[in-house]
Amino acid sequence: MSRATLGWIVLGWVGFALLPWYGFERSAAPTLADYFVSGSALVHGFRGAWWLLPLLVPLGMALVPVVRPKAESKGTWLVASGLLGLALIVLQGFTIGLNGWTLDILKGLFGDPGPRQAGMGYGAALTSTAFLIVLCHGLAARGWCRGDAFVTSSIGIVIALIIVFVFFPVSTILASAFADNSGNFAPVEFVTKFLDKSIWGLDCLTSDLRCGVAWNTLFLGLLVGFGTTALGLAFALIATRTSFRFKKLLRVMSVLPIITPPFVIGLALILLFGRSGALSAVLFEWFGVPRSRWIYGLPGVLIAQLLAFTPIAFLVLIGVVQGISPTLEEASQTLRAKSWTTFWTVTLPLMRPGLANAFLLGFVESLADFGNPLVLGGNYEVLSTKIFFAVVGAQQDQGRAAVLSIILLAFTLGAFWLQHAWLGKKVYTTVTGKGDAGLPLPLPRRVALASYLTAIPWALFTVAVYAIIVVGAFVRSMGRDYTPTFEHFLTAFRVERAEWGLYFSGSAWNSFFATVKVAALSAPLTAAIGLLTAYLLTRQRFSGQRSFEFGTLLSFAIPGTVVGVSYILAFNVPPIEITGTGFILVMCFVFRNMPVGVRSGIATLSQIDKSLDEASLTLGAGSSTTMRRVVLPLLRPAIVASLVYSFVRAMTAVSAVIFLVTAEYNMATTYIVGRVEAGEFGLAIAYSTVLILVMLVAIVAIQLAVGERRLGRRSASTASSPVAVQAVP
Amino acid sequence: MTLKKTFVAGTMLAGAMTALSFMSAGAAQAQGELVMYCGVQEEWCRAMVNAFERETGIKVSMTRKSAGEVYAQVKAESANPRADIWWGGTGDPHMQAAEEGLTVEYKSPKMGELQDWAVRQWEQSKQRTVGIYSGALGFGYNTELAQSNKIGEPKCWADLLKPELKDEVQVADPNSSGTAYTLLATIVQIMGEDKGFDYLKALHKNINQYTKSGAAPAKAMALGETTAGIAFMHDIVTMVVDKAPVKVVAPCEGTGYEIGSMSLIKGAKNMDNAKKFYDWALTADAQKLGAEAKSYQVPSNKSTPVPPQAPKLTDIKLINFDFAKYGSSAERKRLLSKWDNEVKNLPK
Repeated sequence: MSRATLGWIVLGWVGFALLPWYGFERSAAPTLADYFVSGSALVHGFRGAWWLLPLLVPLGMALVPVVRPKAESKGTWLVASGLLGLALIVLQGFTIGLNGWTLDILKGLFGDPGPRQAGMGYGAALTSTAFLIVLCHGLAARGWCRGDAFVTSSIGIVIALIIVFVFFPVSTILASAFADNSGNFAPVEFVTKFLDKSIWGLDCLTSDLRCGVAWNTLFLGLLVGFGTTALGLAFALIATRTSFRFKKLLRVMSVLPIITPPFVIGLALILLFGRSGALSAVLFEWFGVPRSRWIYGLPGVLIAQLLAFTPIAFLVLIGVVQGISPTLEEASQTLRAKSWTTFWTVTLPLMRPGLANAFLLGFVESLADFGNPLVLGGNYEVLSTKIFFAVVGAQQDQGRAAVLSIILLAFTLGAFWLQHAWLGKKVYTTVTGKGDAGLPLPLPRRVALASYLTAIPWALFTVAVYAIIVVGAFVRSMGRDYTPTFEHFLTAFRVERAEWGLYFSGSAWNSFFATVKVAALSAPLTAAIGLLTAYLLTRQRFSGQRSFEFGTLLSFAIPGTVVGVSYILAFNVPPIEITGTGFILVMCFVFRNMPVGVRSGIATLSQIDKSLDEASLTLGAGSSTTMRRVVLPLLRPAIVASLVYSFVRAMTAVSAVIFLVTAEYNMATTYIVGRVEAGEFGLAIAYSTVLILVMLVAIVAIQLAVGERRLGRRSASTASSPVAVQAVP
Repeated sequence: MTLKKTFVAGTMLAGAMTALSFMSAGAAQAQGELVMYCGVQEEWCRAMVNAFERETGIKVSMTRKSAGEVYAQVKAESANPRADIWWGGTGDPHMQAAEEGLTVEYKSPKMGELQDWAVRQWEQSKQRTVGIYSGALGFGYNTELAQSNKIGEPKCWADLLKPELKDEVQVADPNSSGTAYTLLATIVQIMGEDKGFDYLKALHKNINQYTKSGAAPAKAMALGETTAGIAFMHDIVTMVVDKAPVKVVAPCEGTGYEIGSMSLIKGAKNMDNAKKFYDWALTADAQKLGAEAKSYQVPSNKSTPVPPQAPKLTDIKLINFDFAKYGSSAERKRLLSKWDNEVKNLPK
């Protein structure tokens, strides 16, 4: 019996016998006695909550191997204890609700309303976790995953979290796809809703009518996927393989759009290209180009999404491009391949995992994006806005929203499978322990040229968009009245000096503090869970691995609105009653953003040769030391990517949180959306610029804290370059 | 093994800290508290909260959302309601909630002080929701663009069909916006269903964009992105007050209106305080806060001073809007799907 197993068994008892089993009412003021012993399941159990007492059986069973440490049956006892404990907790949690029995059958059998109970508290959470870990340790003891309890526990925890925070809420809402408005099972209604012409119509091919919303979404998603991957690759190549002078600047600029709150890019595009936009005015007056509304519709949404999601592709690809070992390229050149051939047949294929992941993320992000189609969509409809308005619009048809979400989900999963098929079973390992002192090859001339031609105009364009944003924050009313003013900042961020100190009287402070807090808490959690999952997926082999991977991607694929509503449906009632707390916001962000951590983790890990881990293990380092000294340092780009992404996303996401915010935990984006709705663009833009600054500071801090990955290659400055000469084709 | 464990333990600790830091919600104050979902502009919500807290000492937790979002949330939370009162926002979702029994009946002692339309709304909803303000539907145009495009001064719904306005009118999509649904119901009530749909089909040729949000056409007019736009008149007035070159029009054929409403949530945890708020919100003192917060709707208490900028309901030819019929979910579904099939999919 390992000390860890023993510890968890003890914690299970602590959760049951000491800590408060139930959560507190939000208005209640618990005393210390409520926290210890008197609120525990044991006390409740003897005071009438008889359904808690059976839990003593699995808790006792866990003690058997402690008292009789015989090797053979140890695992079996632990597994049985864990399984029974979890089953009992789930069973009592879901059958006994806030207002008595939750199932009509039980009401009929045992009388209405039956026993009641509140949502689970700390004790219940701790005991459930303990049962889960005990189960996993038991499985390890029975030889699962080569007996590594850390691996089984990690898998168990990630699976449990995904079940609780992804499958459980999402299934509650997807079930409504098969129900009519009064909640009865109606499969026929599902079929009619699903086959609706407004979803699948193909009229735009033959006439000037509109096509179905599903085709629109798919088409836009593909364009954005290819576009972001190409742009991201261009940026990544310039940043790693050229001696471009403004690399640093390019990097910052390419990351800017990702830290821009929603609506702002769309707004800026309208102010630039709209019918009375700044650029349209110039074109009209100088060249007589007639003013038009071309920006509203597919072109506008496409541009805005390319601006917004290229940085994601860049963040994924830069790690991959850096990781490609020059050795293979040098070998190719030694064999007399021209630099273009080398690039085309060696470098590019090695980037495949990165390209595929970047494409997948761009595609999925485009499908789930809500803010840009809302502002710029015009008459080009996509699924995400359709879903939002099916829930909150005049239709108020949750079933329709669920049907549309299923279609959206199907597209995402389709992309996922295609990506897998394309990557195939090839090996992309390039970071090995072997002598790898090569210098990254300069790009072939046409690739360099193409990269520059794509990236630099795009970067300039980004600058123009951001110039508009900055100007917008400091003038009275962008597009109409250019009187400079600080009014917007004062309304939002006024600080007054009161007798007892500083008083934050601006209307945005509340949401600002709440947002920073939630973002700061969810970022490390997201990164940790995401990278742990990536590690399990690439370094461990276990059955059901593919469906495990699919589960991690699920929450990302589902539109935010659906996630928001499903979180309320699932978590507003016992057993897990967490609506109205900040906790639900953090969990929502962690599980929505985890896939980026997983994807970038997988992309980076699949480049790192396993023999590095093995070498470390052979030399006598424990697997912890291996992880700390070998794997984690090599994962730095992925760590940065997932930390940055989750922090930023927690600050900029809209659709999921609209339903989860409360008076205490109002988020910056809902504040901004309210301002945009009210037509106060100046205030919205001013707040956004403040958020952008905060995120920039956070990104720099994350970079500094995590540090750069050093791959032990020569740098260009120290190398006299026989290699560089060969680069000329 | 230690680091892996530290890693796991650290993650868990962070998780636990997260849980702890959020669950320590403040203790209730002596006067109790009130959870309010607010459906109007932030300033107005904030002003109402502050004034009510000052007057009663009851601590108000307010969340601002659009009316449709509040409805979706109240419905999702119905098994274990979080809010006590739902104040503000257009009447349709309130009526829908009343129809589905998400809100409760209440007869306030202040009912006698209210305008007829507010009382009628209350009667039609079987006492479950009451009017607190109202705003008429109308349209506006950008005066600069109207001049350069030589459009003249549109005065009636019929003027919006002029060929000079081709691709120059903006209105929201009734599927997503209550404002645009009010337009649909208004036109049907003024012209009759067949003629009304003929009108909407003709209007379709002049529409450049069906926006998602109801107030978006007002903003687009102010920015010069469209010449004319259909929206609630108070939304356009907000742009005028902000010195945009926009003129508001009350259509000559008559027009419909919305009634901003207030409902008590069924199963509210602080029902007494919610009723206190309900009574207070119907007083003239509470209702005049709207104009102070730059919202120019017409208040429902007869003795509330009507803000000078607000479109005067007496100058507007209001139709006798049948909220019971056009607010019911069956009629709404029917009209919306008819509009989808007959109007929206028409070629331009």
